[in-house]
Amino acid sequence: MPIISISNLSKAYSDGTNALDDVNLEVNKGEIIALLGPNGAGKTTLISTICGLLTYDSGRIIVDGYDTVTEYRRTRKLIGLVPQEIMLEPFETVYDTVRFTRGMFGYPENKELLNNILQKLSLFDKRKQMIKELSGGMKRRVMIAKALSHSPKILFLDEPTAGVDVELRRDMWNVVDSLKSKGVTIVLTTHYIEEAEMMADRIALLNKGQIIFVENKESLMARMGKKELTINFQSPISSIPEVLSKYKLALSQDRFSLIYSYDNKASRTGITRLMRDIASTNLILQDLKTSQSSLEDIFVRMIRN
Amino acid sequence: MNLYAIAAIYRFEMARTFRTLVQSIISPVISTVLYFIVFGAAIGSGIQTIEGIHYSAFIVPGLIMLTVLMQSVANASFGIYFPKFLGTIYEHLSAPISFLEIIIGYVGAAATKSFIIALIILMTSSLFVPLNISHPVWMIALLVINCVTFSLLGFIIGILSNSFEQLNLVPMLIITPLVFLGGSFYALEMLPSFWQTVTLFNPVMYLISVFRWAFFDVADVPVFHSFLATLIFSITCTTIIYWIFKTGYKLKN
Repeated sequence: MPIISISNLSKAYSDGTNALDDVNLEVNKGEIIALLGPNGAGKTTLISTICGLLTYDSGRIIVDGYDTVTEYRRTRKLIGLVPQEIMLEPFETVYDTVRFTRGMFGYPENKELLNNILQKLSLFDKRKQMIKELSGGMKRRVMIAKALSHSPKILFLDEPTAGVDVELRRDMWNVVDSLKSKGVTIVLTTHYIEEAEMMADRIALLNKGQIIFVENKESLMARMGKKELTINFQSPISSIPEVLSKYKLALSQDRFSLIYSYDNKASRTGITRLMRDIASTNLILQDLKTSQSSLEDIFVRMIRN
Repeated sequence: MNLYAIAAIYRFEMARTFRTLVQSIISPVISTVLYFIVFGAAIGSGIQTIEGIHYSAFIVPGLIMLTVLMQSVANASFGIYFPKFLGTIYEHLSAPISFLEIIIGYVGAAATKSFIIALIILMTSSLFVPLNISHPVWMIALLVINCVTFSLLGFIIGILSNSFEQLNLVPMLIITPLVFLGGSFYALEMLPSFWQTVTLFNPVMYLISVFRWAFFDVADVPVFHSFLATLIFSITCTTIIYWIFKTGYKLKN
């Protein structure tokens, strides 16, 4: 059974913007799912409706078997949220603000647990400092600490690494790794597609309030990912020889390379024939290179289409 | 009921009070003492007594109500507006907490602050004039009711406000005139008959009247009318807040 089940969810803002349009999505227990899409695609709206920050017009959201509207106490207790923006009370101390969130989720103070979380996020030494005294990166860590303060079963990370340094990003992913190993389900939105590529089990692509597809990352890469063979020559090519026209080769901008796209899962890639035909021309080979299109390439292609 | 959440909000709000002790407690006390000096000592010297009560003592309930009403509205409106302004309201909306629990936390903290300030003003006043409270239990009860009721009003103002300017608009343009024209510093019978009739439409007059009754056993209007007015006001505020949380108006849209 999925831990989150969204059916026919629609939400329009008062200015008429259709933020979510008949969205259907299921999130499996213990997986990391990345929500990708351009700005305004509806990623944050989707997360906000699940977490209770926004009302929705129609549809239904079930979390761990409970309706998020009628049984909000049960569902919200399971959820931790790291919003996109840094939103903290500036005059509160780090420890107190994390303790506040734990209290809000209906749990008594647990110094050991809270200090543990602060330690993992390198915040323990700053626990008595006021939020306003922290750097942007440290504030982002506090946001994460707050979301983890009640040990949620589902964690929503809404662009958690936007504008943070490499060290924090690495720490973040370590935390995500350790949460995943404990069975926490993670829903992630990010503009860093390489992050999604690295972390996510499944990818959901949103555009204009609709889910374009939801697919296992590996199968998506295999299905949509193209493999390319780049053949470098010693001298520039004025025009592609007639004998090579059947391969649909692309000529690089500097005219020193030919690029051949192929399906590496196919029984015959055509590479052997291509190399034989190149040998029959007067072109002199310099180098060969193969590459696979990234999730980013797929994402850009899908959005353009 | 999510008692830990209520405690978290209450503790958080009270911590703000102690962090800003000067603004929260000392400044209203100073301004009330100034009122007391101006109205009690300067103007009061020409009035002597009202309904057999020394004028300096007569204005004490009005002074306390003026501060309680202003402080309750200010504390509660700021308490809920600040998370909205900072964006930290997301925690309230995403936590397993009902509208009632949020209200108990914020209104409870705002009312506590107002109550403490009222007691401080009462003690300060007793340094200027001797005070014999006729109905001390009712006095405390009415004080609590008014602290809570106007904190509810402040909570509504805080949710509906879109800026700090709007936050101050209602206290400045509505609450202050109503308190001043509600018999804080005079008895209703001192007004011309037309203005006496107009004042009967001022809900704050009923609150001040019954509060003065608790002090001196004299009231401008029947005590029952005052209790009824207070009850209607509380129910109205609670209903509006319930509707706001039910619909998410100004919170979830």
